[in-house]
Amino acid sequence: MKNLPAVDAVIVGGGWTGLLMAKELGARSGLTVAVLERGKSRESADYPGTMDELDYAIRTHMMQDLSQETVTIRHDSTQRALPMRQYGSFLPGTGVGGAGEHWNGITPRFLPDSFELLSRTIERYGAKRLPADHSIQDWGVTYDEMEAYYTRTERMLGISGKAGNIRGKKIDGGNIFEGRRSGDYPTPPTKIPYFSALFGDAAKSLGYHPYPTPAANLSEPYTNPDGISRSACFYCGFCERFGCMVGAKAQPTNTLLPLIQERKNISIRSGASVRRVLCDAVGKKSKARGVTYFDEKGEEFFQPAELVVLASWTLNNTRLLLLSSIGEPYDAGSRKGTVGRNLTHQISVAPATAFFEKPLNRFMGSGAAGVSISDFDGDVFDHSQLSFLGGGHLVATSPGYRPIANFGAVPPSVKTTWGSAWKKAALESYDRTGVLIFTGDHLAYKSNYMDLDPTYKDQFGDPLLRFTINWGDNERKIVEFVTPKAVELARAMGAKEVSSFPGLKNYDANRYQTTHIQGGTIMGNSPDRSVVNPYLQHWQVPNLFVLGASTFPQNPSAHPTLTLLALTYRTADAIVDRYLKSPSQLA
Amino acid sequence: MRRREFLTLSATSVGGVLVYSLDRKPFRLFAQSEQSVRIPLRFLTQPEAMIVAAAASRIFPSDETGPGAQEAGVAVYVDRQLAGPWGRDRYRYTQEPFEENAPAEFGYQGKATPRQVYREGLRDLKGFDQLLPTEQDNKLRQIETTPFFSLLRRNTIEGMFCDPVHGGNIDMVGWQLIGYPGPRMSNYADVDKHFGEAFRPKPVSLRDTSDNNFRPSEDEE
Repeated sequence: MKNLPAVDAVIVGGGWTGLLMAKELGARSGLTVAVLERGKSRESADYPGTMDELDYAIRTHMMQDLSQETVTIRHDSTQRALPMRQYGSFLPGTGVGGAGEHWNGITPRFLPDSFELLSRTIERYGAKRLPADHSIQDWGVTYDEMEAYYTRTERMLGISGKAGNIRGKKIDGGNIFEGRRSGDYPTPPTKIPYFSALFGDAAKSLGYHPYPTPAANLSEPYTNPDGISRSACFYCGFCERFGCMVGAKAQPTNTLLPLIQERKNISIRSGASVRRVLCDAVGKKSKARGVTYFDEKGEEFFQPAELVVLASWTLNNTRLLLLSSIGEPYDAGSRKGTVGRNLTHQISVAPATAFFEKPLNRFMGSGAAGVSISDFDGDVFDHSQLSFLGGGHLVATSPGYRPIANFGAVPPSVKTTWGSAWKKAALESYDRTGVLIFTGDHLAYKSNYMDLDPTYKDQFGDPLLRFTINWGDNERKIVEFVTPKAVELARAMGAKEVSSFPGLKNYDANRYQTTHIQGGTIMGNSPDRSVVNPYLQHWQVPNLFVLGASTFPQNPSAHPTLTLLALTYRTADAIVDRYLKSPSQLA
Repeated sequence: MRRREFLTLSATSVGGVLVYSLDRKPFRLFAQSEQSVRIPLRFLTQPEAMIVAAAASRIFPSDETGPGAQEAGVAVYVDRQLAGPWGRDRYRYTQEPFEENAPAEFGYQGKATPRQVYREGLRDLKGFDQLLPTEQDNKLRQIETTPFFSLLRRNTIEGMFCDPVHGGNIDMVGWQLIGYPGPRMSNYADVDKHFGEAFRPKPVSLRDTSDNNFRPSEDEE
């Protein structure tokens, strides 16, 4: 192993959180920062000419190479887990920019209750209403503390949307259920394509409160506070699973990378697979010394650093702590230990698929161009007479319409899946079909967690990460509650036939849901129940920070990117303003 | 090195203007000509390619609703995919142990690569291309629940609607069938118009938009 010259900070992972932290530390402190990214280098200029559904969306060109490393999945701790051999329920990114390059750009804030889910639920409904097996926790930070960071993140990304609550004043046409905002969105809402407009009208006619989905896909040209200018969205329909070729969708490579490339004190090393964080014992605490990694040629290096930041997404953040024996691994039997606990995914189903008479021109759109309703989200509706907690939001987005993925959907009255009759029905339905998507809470349970797999290994011979995950009755009941409402909405939109989601059964590792996987290195107020403190600083290793959705104690229904970036800003402030002056425990 | 195998198509059967890549160079042929086209195969043997072509044509037939797998060149698409990294599972996690009978919710857990699945599936369909269409349909109904059939069905849809750079969707025949315009750069002026009526811009392919620089994954070494 070759020892490299020390840097002030080493950051593992070159996606949204890693590059934001690199940029903040590098620009505000003058520290030397090395970002280690295991995938390829990437720039915005790589994207023109990549609008190919087959290679990018079907063969998942931008995702992690599963032949080298994947995860194993099982439903409960009595089963033998099986590897995710090809992509299924989520799509981990790789390469500079990470999953932030190929996201859709949907960027709501979390509801205020989300951050204090345990205490607010008990306060309102009593502890008896919590599921017996739950592992729900408060985050150790409140919405009011997050508000300024949310605002900063929205300005950095240039979010297009319409506020529904400015300093307590409810605004018609925005999301009136959202928390208090200090101001409106930086740019107006995106254009609303036909299918989404139909949903907005139907929702209004049924008494709901539709609002334009907040989007990181710019509605108009925008220059952010860092001086980064991006152009308006062309609605080409190639967001999810693609990089934006005009830079309208906020991506790490167009929003952060140009600032990083200007600075001599920040370097990005691609093709660097980090394998361990090394620590020394210092009294009751430990100190991280740096990280070891392999480069693309297979040579191993030790990169010493004063500050170690893990920013390599939920899976790898958790796995690195487990492989490095930092902290106590969660034990599902005794329910002790913290690393790996509170694994959550997110409910993401199509409760209603609507078949229309008229063509929808669905090829035009943008990842987040759409209309949402939050009338069934969180605790905005009374749960005292209901048998579940939480909820989610219904969205009719128009993200474009990829023909390989979408051809073949036929109304429930058609029973064949190939041949002339199917072809005729599928041709008729092709541009007359729209799905309402429901994105809902996945509560934390003691029985859902991550640990190391005893059987399957990665390319280096290290154990794969193992998921033990299933839905609880709460998730199944949320979906049962929402499905008939979505069907009613689809009918109000004018659908001639509607097929509905059959209900959540076991966690389906083969059906793509969302790439919103949370937990494993969760934040909280107590070292007994969390891995990092509310500043995302490791409880036992004060010079180690962990960023991203791995720190979320549970999944709130909303999309995670805005919140995990807001938390990264908050941590960057804490490091620059407090930690660097006196390196010690921040909480 | 294996003997060079070709798939021979008559120009009239593929209709219109055929655009395909012979040794990666675009080549144009007009339907009026009497010529037949010999397309070099990369993985399949000629008898195998004929069976793939015949089976894909039953899944996505050419009929009164428009052209199908035959005109789109699905067999050419499938051959290239099988020859490329996907066919040999370059990006799939293939470490043992395999659990061949895992529940569907864990995805395909078998050991066989797409190449092996096709080779075995096609062996069982020997002589398929010589059968009458009704006999072919009966045969396909018998194998409807096999991994081979689900792969073939999936690949047929891919070959119908992929960008023509991949060998299928010849002349954008699949896209024209469904009114999909391909990688069209901007819909800014139209996205919030044409409500309730079909808006069908002329399709473009990556060949038109990327100056022929696009390197499809099946051409990777």
